[in-house]
Amino acid sequence: MSAAEELPINAKHPPRPGRWIAAVLAGFVLVWLAYTIIVNPNLHWDIVVDQQFDHRILAGLGVTIALAVTSMVVGIVLGVLVAVMQLSANPVLRAAAGLYTWFFRGTPLLVQLIFWFNLALIFPTVGFGVPFGGPQLVEWQTNALITPFVAGLLGLTINEGAYMAEIVRAGISSVAHGQREAAEALGMPNRAVLRRVVLPQAMRVIIPPTGNQFISMLKTTSMVSVIAGADLLTVAQHIYLDNFEVIALLIVASIWYLVLTTIASVGQHFIEKRFNRGQITLRRRLGRDLLPVVRRRKS
Amino acid sequence: MTPMVRISKVRKRFGYLEVLKGIDLDVARNSVVCVIGPSGSGKSTLLRCVNRLETIDSGRIRVDGELIGYTEHTDGLRVLGEKQLCRQRAAIGMVFQGFHLFGNRTALENVIEGPVTVQGKSRAEAIEQARELLERVGLADRAEHYPAQLSGGQQQRVAIARSLAMRPKVMLFDEPTSALDPELVAEVLAVMRDLAREGMTMMVVTHEMRFARDAGDHLVFMDDGVIVEQGDPRAVLEQPREARTRAFLGQVG
Repeated sequence: MSAAEELPINAKHPPRPGRWIAAVLAGFVLVWLAYTIIVNPNLHWDIVVDQQFDHRILAGLGVTIALAVTSMVVGIVLGVLVAVMQLSANPVLRAAAGLYTWFFRGTPLLVQLIFWFNLALIFPTVGFGVPFGGPQLVEWQTNALITPFVAGLLGLTINEGAYMAEIVRAGISSVAHGQREAAEALGMPNRAVLRRVVLPQAMRVIIPPTGNQFISMLKTTSMVSVIAGADLLTVAQHIYLDNFEVIALLIVASIWYLVLTTIASVGQHFIEKRFNRGQITLRRRLGRDLLPVVRRRKS
Repeated sequence: MTPMVRISKVRKRFGYLEVLKGIDLDVARNSVVCVIGPSGSGKSTLLRCVNRLETIDSGRIRVDGELIGYTEHTDGLRVLGEKQLCRQRAAIGMVFQGFHLFGNRTALENVIEGPVTVQGKSRAEAIEQARELLERVGLADRAEHYPAQLSGGQQQRVAIARSLAMRPKVMLFDEPTSALDPELVAEVLAVMRDLAREGMTMMVVTHEMRFARDAGDHLVFMDDGVIVEQGDPRAVLEQPREARTRAFLGQVG
């Protein structure tokens, strides 16, 4: 055995021309795209800069955030509720939950939004009172109640609840049955088993798709523009109907959507890390157990 | 004195398959009863019936004189409400073959979970007790480790500490060493021997014949849903009376 054999391997790779060709091609396309966009006189960048922080745009941005956050939060609560119903032993609850997800996942959100906005056509008034045609205690005009914002909130929330129910159900099912049994053997009542043992561990499976749902929700809110929801896209549309700067205002809106989704992606990353506690990956395990050994050998 | 666990005429079926065909068994206070038998003999199911992880179809199970899972009325039995069932379960410790430590909690958090959530103890008090228990099972230095960072033997010892934290009247062990690598079996058995010496009432389903002989006060051999033979562990293991017992012991060596 020669001394060279003990040295770390530092061998050269055979040439990989394919990599270089692909990189040059992709680089060329990127530069060319950037060039055409920057020099294109039809893209009024000055207008974009001018409108990016317009107070109307900012108000629309606020509505978009409010819609996305509220319908996501309530949608998650709804989803957990429906998922628990779906997994319950009570056949009526199971059927109700199944019907809910079947209907709201099976019809387009756009149709649901228009439907909620026109709720007054079916129920001119809503109120509390004796059901099945009995006297009403309080009553409101549906049209006064269902503003575009409320209709948007209803549509987005109830739709989101249906998707979240499936995500939560999959998460709960992913928790090993032994975890539940161990908790029951300790004498935990069913609700504590769910709250203390099953749900926290289901989170690991629930969080990543929920993050995707939220990112998707930030953009889906733009659908409320069909019922004049006063969100970011609605406002942008209003402005360009005035000044005919269609592309510039769509860019303004897109930039804000990108900002929101980027922030959400970063947040998702940190939340995932938080809920991965107790999940020791092989890499981390090796890192902790073996790295000191390796380092000692090196020195 | 009434036995700690009294199982009488218990029958249990899964669909068409009757897995317990009329079991009568007493576990005396402060004694260790080991249950052996081939897989599918019903021994684990019997154990799981004692804390009602499985329901029974007929017969009665009493722990410390109290009927498990039901209340008796003049017109028959009524299923126990959740609160009462939880109270009964809290007094019966259970250790599983697959450990089933809560994966998202550290060893210490696993041990305090029962006392805090079920018994309503203060966190500080529960932590103090948990540290003592972890010390007792030899894992004081592993309190902050997550289950995935512990070996199988260590996990099972934490699981024993988690059960003990409830101050149970009786401990049920469902093949506690069957999922362990051979070199880790001894550390778990050592903890169980200590418990037995301290007078804990234990019902142990196991394949560890040495443990059954040395630490057990009473040995039960089950096959095909019935108790084939039972008695003093040495007598059953060394001079089995029944052909089925002899055949089983011949196979396991």
